[in-house]
Amino acid sequence: MTKPTRAAKRMGDPGGFLAIFALAYLLFLYVPVLFLPVFSFNDSIFVTFPLKGFTTKWYEQAFADQDMLRALTASLQVGAIASVTATILGLLGAKAVTRYRMPGQNVVTGLIMMPLFIPEIMLGIALLILVNTLFIPLGLFTITIGHIMLCTPFAMAVLTSRLDGFDKSLEEASMDLGESPWMTFWRVTFPLVAPGIISSMLLSFIVSFDEFLLSFFLQGQQPTLPVYIWSQLRFPNKLPGVLALGAVILIVSCILVVIAEWVRQIGTDERKVGVA
Amino acid sequence: MADNIIRIENVTKQFAGGVKAVDSANFNIERGEFFSLLGPSGCGKTTLLRMIAGFEFPTDGEIYIDGQASALIPSYKRPTNMVFQSYAIFPHLNVFDNIAYGLRKDRLSRRELKRRVDEALAMIHLEGFGARRGDQLSGGQRQRVALARALIKRPKVLLLDEPLGALDKKLREEMQIELRELQKNVGITFVFVTHDQEEALSMSDRIAVMGKGVVLQIAPPKELYEAPNSVEVATFIGNINLIDATVRSVAGNEVTLDGPGFGQFRAPAIDGLKTGQKLTAAIRPEKLSLTASRPGANYVEGTIKASAYLGDRSHHHVHVKGRPTPVAVAAQNMDRSMTIGIDPSKPVYVTWDPRSLILLKS
Ligand SMILES: Nc1ncnc2c1ncn2[C@@H]1O[C@H](COP(=O)(O)OP(=O)(O)O)[C@@H](O)[C@H]1O
Ligand SMILES: [Mg+2]
Repeated sequence: MTKPTRAAKRMGDPGGFLAIFALAYLLFLYVPVLFLPVFSFNDSIFVTFPLKGFTTKWYEQAFADQDMLRALTASLQVGAIASVTATILGLLGAKAVTRYRMPGQNVVTGLIMMPLFIPEIMLGIALLILVNTLFIPLGLFTITIGHIMLCTPFAMAVLTSRLDGFDKSLEEASMDLGESPWMTFWRVTFPLVAPGIISSMLLSFIVSFDEFLLSFFLQGQQPTLPVYIWSQLRFPNKLPGVLALGAVILIVSCILVVIAEWVRQIGTDERKVGVA
Repeated sequence: MADNIIRIENVTKQFAGGVKAVDSANFNIERGEFFSLLGPSGCGKTTLLRMIAGFEFPTDGEIYIDGQASALIPSYKRPTNMVFQSYAIFPHLNVFDNIAYGLRKDRLSRRELKRRVDEALAMIHLEGFGARRGDQLSGGQRQRVALARALIKRPKVLLLDEPLGALDKKLREEMQIELRELQKNVGITFVFVTHDQEEALSMSDRIAVMGKGVVLQIAPPKELYEAPNSVEVATFIGNINLIDATVRSVAGNEVTLDGPGFGQFRAPAIDGLKTGQKLTAAIRPEKLSLTASRPGANYVEGTIKASAYLGDRSHHHVHVKGRPTPVAVAAQNMDRSMTIGIDPSKPVYVTWDPRSLILLKS
């Protein structure tokens, strides 16, 4: 362990306490998560130590489960629509609050951000009542509406900081050079905000993909993946399959987060984009 | 009649918060002129420039650009281009694409486009910089790219908002000369915003001095300095000594006044003076001189309170009895003697030519 200690020394922490603390913290965060892939390859129906043997049958079982695949498809669909819609709404909202001054602006921003702070269970109940009052049949459509509500504040937060970060005179310079507001959006605003749009979509997608409560309240016949997984936990023989699925989701999420972070880096340090 | 490229008629801009950034501005800018808007920070220069550019719209009044009423025409339809204070170089484009940005609608062939951009790069002495990214340029280079990007559009008017403000002193002085040369060569009207009076004086054909949203005076640099029309303009441009004076008598084109510390003194008359009238007499420090022996007339006696040696000239503050503020005197150091100012105990005499006095009505 020379590396952390040396780094710790450089940071003025000669005893290395901070380094040890950080390590303990990371273990605390990630060891439980690592149980997922470990037990997903364990040749036993019981999720206990000691491990029995290596198998991939739980993966085969999971991906042969038609109900599970339908739930996965549903989640992917809902996630895709919710993340794109939330990002468009977030972009419009962010553009409005960063580029124009209007009466009641703070109130409007506050209202858009509100779903972040309302307990999700309240939001779920409220939406359920609303949907019932309007006689809208429950189903993936209602779940998607709920997810859009939930994702828009995230999208708006990401995009507002992105738009705030770039000089407003860039857009003016474009219009000054003869481009209409529409062409200015495509030639200047969009390319500069694109990394923000991508991270907003990834973030919204992840929020939607593992959202449980709203989906639970607003579901019709077809559950989303988290709701389906929850319903399967009653059957002990399904548990290893759920773990296998969880392991796959974990890996995919990690890849998405790495991509999101990479895109964000490109965005903040323009130098890294290759010279055209 | 002068050929006016821009006519500003009663232009007022009141922001939503109630701030009147520009108040009934009324003036013309001639074709081919280097015209400066000068004034302290917050006086409305940028707002006025942005109304000419089409980024802000006047609450009242009209702006004619080359004869066309333009107050409400958006920026992308105006024959004006702007060099922004921040330069606004597009960070996602290289220098070539930045400069070519405004030529998209001209649908030039690749060769023609390259020729035009290369020509522009040569004009700003950045040949071979086409592939550089905007954020790999120094401040001075960004400023040049912003200039080329605007000028390649061949605008009728080029608007510049404190374009030299971000540069260090030496580069700024070089750019002042270069910009002036460039303006003469391209023959385009420049409207130049600055809060730096020396910059405005050295570069402009005419200067509009602004204060608190109001255009105070429009004149060529020399006239502004030698014949300011108000106390605000006189104090904003250069240094000046002010004397609160009362008119004693008017005789032809000469007037005798009375002021604290100065006693009775003479000055060139201006129109409409009456005996007993209160006004401000003003004189520039370099129009005053110091002598150790008592002159015949047009002098006050005092003692040197402070002196600053500046190489080519020295600044002295002379305390004059009866006057609340010291009199500032700027003396050319014409010989190598060091007598004046050495002995603060001895009296000195401040003297002037009465024709150097300026009378300003309040
Ligand atoms: N968009 C705006 N909204 C409200 N007030 C503004 C706006 N832009 C400028 N002002 C105000 O108008 C006045 C003039 O500003 P400005 O034209 O930028 O001055 P200058 O360029 O001379 O420093 C200032 O008091 C400023 O605060
Ligand atoms: Mg300004």
